[in-house]
Amino acid sequence: MELADVPAILILVGIALYAVLAGADFGAPIWAITARGEVAERLKDSGHRSMAPVWEANHVWLIFVLVICWTAYPEVFGSIFSTLWIPLLLACLGIIMRAVGYVAGGVSGRPVIRYLAAVSSFLVPFALGCVIGAIVDGGVPPGNAQGDILEAWTGPVPIAIGLILVASSAYLAAVYLAADAERRGETELAVAFRGRGLAAGVVAGLMAAIGLLALHGDAERVFDGLTSGAGLVAVIASGAAGLVTLGLLWSGRFRKARFVAAIAVAAVVAGWGLAQQPMILPGLTVREAAASDEVIVGLLVAVAIGLIILVPSLALLYSLVLGGRFDPLDVASPGAAPERRELTPAGRRTLSAIWVAALVGGGMLFLSDSGVTLYLGLAIFMASLACGIVQLARSLVRA
Amino acid sequence: MLDLIAAAGDFAFGAGQSFPKVDQEYLLQARQMQAMSFAMHIPLVCFGIAFPSLVIFMEWLGLRTGKAHFSALARRWSKVMITLFAAGVVTGTLLSFELGMLWPGFMSAFGDVFGLAFGLEGFSFFIEAIFISIYVYSWDKISDRRHILTGIPVIAAGITGSLMVIAVNAWMNDPSGFSIDQAGEVTNVKPFEALFANGHLWPQLTHMYLAAYIVVGFLIAGVYAFAWLKGRRGDYFRTAMVVPLAVACLAAPAQLLIGDWAARTVAEDQPIKLASFEGLYETTDGAPETILGWYTDDNTIEYGIQIPKLLSFLAYHDPNATVQGLETVPEDDWPPINVVRMSFQTMVAIGTGLAALAAWFLWIWFRRRRLPETKWFYRAVILAGPAAVVALIAGWVTTEVGRQPWVVYGVMRTEQAVTGADGVVFGFAALLAVYVALVTTVIWVLRRIARQPLPPEIAALEEVPDGAR
Ligand code: HDD
Ligand code: HEM
Ligand code: HEM
Repeated sequence: MELADVPAILILVGIALYAVLAGADFGAPIWAITARGEVAERLKDSGHRSMAPVWEANHVWLIFVLVICWTAYPEVFGSIFSTLWIPLLLACLGIIMRAVGYVAGGVSGRPVIRYLAAVSSFLVPFALGCVIGAIVDGGVPPGNAQGDILEAWTGPVPIAIGLILVASSAYLAAVYLAADAERRGETELAVAFRGRGLAAGVVAGLMAAIGLLALHGDAERVFDGLTSGAGLVAVIASGAAGLVTLGLLWSGRFRKARFVAAIAVAAVVAGWGLAQQPMILPGLTVREAAASDEVIVGLLVAVAIGLIILVPSLALLYSLVLGGRFDPLDVASPGAAPERRELTPAGRRTLSAIWVAALVGGGMLFLSDSGVTLYLGLAIFMASLACGIVQLARSLVRA
Repeated sequence: MLDLIAAAGDFAFGAGQSFPKVDQEYLLQARQMQAMSFAMHIPLVCFGIAFPSLVIFMEWLGLRTGKAHFSALARRWSKVMITLFAAGVVTGTLLSFELGMLWPGFMSAFGDVFGLAFGLEGFSFFIEAIFISIYVYSWDKISDRRHILTGIPVIAAGITGSLMVIAVNAWMNDPSGFSIDQAGEVTNVKPFEALFANGHLWPQLTHMYLAAYIVVGFLIAGVYAFAWLKGRRGDYFRTAMVVPLAVACLAAPAQLLIGDWAARTVAEDQPIKLASFEGLYETTDGAPETILGWYTDDNTIEYGIQIPKLLSFLAYHDPNATVQGLETVPEDDWPPINVVRMSFQTMVAIGTGLAALAAWFLWIWFRRRRLPETKWFYRAVILAGPAAVVALIAGWVTTEVGRQPWVVYGVMRTEQAVTGADGVVFGFAALLAVYVALVTTVIWVLRRIARQPLPPEIAALEEVPDGAR
């Protein structure tokens, strides 16, 4: 191993942590919108209750990955992000939609928000899976947007990996939520999640097998890496961990299942790293792409210092959360708000006028390159924004 | 410091040939998409920087005095804080994606030079996200003292986080810490020198930091000034208004001084940017300051009001100093003059106005020991919040558009940085739609938080005069 490889390992660790921690976050809404049966009401909001205190921290792992990538392998970052901007933007849009649910706080049980979250729970893992798939099957040549911006991520390998990630997020979510439900003493809910976890686990396993077939056709090199040597060990470890989780779930040992499930996912990421190296993009090895030693040393020092502060902080957060110390925050929970103040007809007219003005102004701004229309649009847009703020302020004081 | 500036100067002007130019008809759209995303992120970030200290201050007052309304305010505000934080987190994530999606040329060439700062920034966000969760979700679950202590890392991370981002921006304005070899490759990278030995970092950071407090202070005070005008003047509402007001009214006058510092830094390292702030075509001794007006194609300002020698004085603190004009570089190297000039003047005008408002408040308080009585003061406070946001955005437009056509000043042009991929406009439209959803939800939730009833023991104290509703 050389210095130039170390950031790549950090990136893989970051991806694994993001997949394991945030994956569950994205899987949860799937169970919320498919909730049926006696525990449906509690199924709907249990994802939110469990994840709200930790989702922001989980989310930073994604930023960690990006930052390490662009510092240590700038050319790789530029190539991936320019060619694959479509799936990456889709992932971003999904992340924003998911956040809308958390912003909405205790009222996230509302149908609109649940559907928005459900769209995101498909979109984010799928799109990020497509990105990984495009790297795996060599669809991203080095350089500024040198690959085909559509074909690069719509082949069998990217699609398969995207679907696998969707299934595995749903699976992780079910396992985690079962464990949380058990901790809170909600046995029926835990049982409901057990069934869902078993089903999703089987689906995810089958999909992974199909994914291997797709690799065999389109990504020979990575396929070979995964079916021989250390790569094979990782794949077997993952498969074994997967089976063990199913067993643990079956027998109702949810807390153990949660950790073993995470290991199954992490092992796949490790296997991918082993199979992918030394080439990261077609014709470009990890070492060729690396920044100078001085930069990498600086980065590693920064990461080391960061970890000294981060690890105990994360430990504190998770110990509080897993220890069941946090109740959901009743930000505007439906019961707490007083009777709804209906808008008067005049108020409603003002509000719609503001919306129309904002759309007209925004549209003009959006559609023109320069000149009067652009500045007029800007003026209208900002004016409507200001009116909106005033309206908001008025309603805020009528507590 | 001087040799750093000289190093940057070596490749300034006429440089920028080292990188391939991307044939990109969507450059303008990419720029607007970037601008829209910043315009979403930066006001939210102000709350991440300034709000935690307000909340914690309230909590501390509550612990010290044992009076219920302070803690009630801290609790209510902490809900607002986490809501805005969530929105800040996702808009920030989008920004880091955009750096790659829109500006791969820039990232490929320079990612290693400034990446370190974003690495450290990432850890700051981790700490902020972790402790903001602990703080907000652990009221009454851990001891009061511990609870208030969990707020401290949030404040600290707000500072270090903005420090790191600003370090990048300062480096873009005043690049150093690397060289460019014959083949056009960036070599000899010294990340620490590039980021932290940079003359722009501190004025920019201080200025931004104060701006965050001004924005948050006036916005929050404005909400409660509204209640004040409606006659709700009990302890709870009074506190909620005067505390943020106090913050903003001290930060606003200070901002004049810091702004002057920022302007001098610009004058020193980016003379063409300064010339476009002022619309100064000819290099002039004892240059006048021109207020208002419009820069025209024949390189003069129409309808402006001139104040002799003021520009030389402000930029160099010497009324007879020579100020470099736009004529010294080809027109190709100019930013869009009127955009830069208008936004600069907007920021300075609003900044001056806010400082005047602050002076009014402070004068009455110190002379008479009471709050202003006229309604006009409270109306002005209500306006001051949105105005501060406008100044904030205008300031960033000044900095960013003023740096054009360079993305790395004097080294790489924006058209060399931009993506070669098609279809930016669709991305823009999709993003706009999702932002509308986000903003709508944030507004809706803030309204719900506002409509939650006050704790009964406080509501009892807030006698509402008849007819005030
Ligand atoms: C509440 C917001 C606010 C207010 C009242 C002011 N500013 Fe400002 N200004 C900013 C918010 C801001 C900012 C958005 O935060 C900027 C953008 C970049 C930066 O570092 O700060 C900025 C940038 C900025 C720059 C450009 C720095 C550069 O390009 O590197 C100058 C010269 C000034 N300001 C000067 C002033 C002066 C002379 C002011 C007083 C009248 C003033 N600002 C008030
Ligand atoms: C680090 C902190 C940064 C901040 C706070 C910042 C802030 C801003 C803001 C507020 C605008 C809006 C200007 C407008 O409305 O036109 C803007 C525009 C822009 N930014 Fe930055 N920026 C930063 C870094 C970057 C980076 C890393 C890039 C990468 C290339 C970049 C490139 C641009 C470009 C090209 C524009 C458009 C300019 C134009 O419209 O002419 N900025 N920025
Ligand atoms: C004026 C310039 C900027 C400042 C002061 C700033 C500061 C902050 C702060 C304090 C936060 C914490 C979250 C919050 O309180 O809302 C935040 C979030 C974030 N910012 Fe910015 N930022 C700026 C510009 C940028 C730019 C240019 C980027 C793009 C690379 C960026 C990326 C992020 C990211 C990724 C987050 C989310 C962090 C998390 O998940 O906790 N920011 N920013």
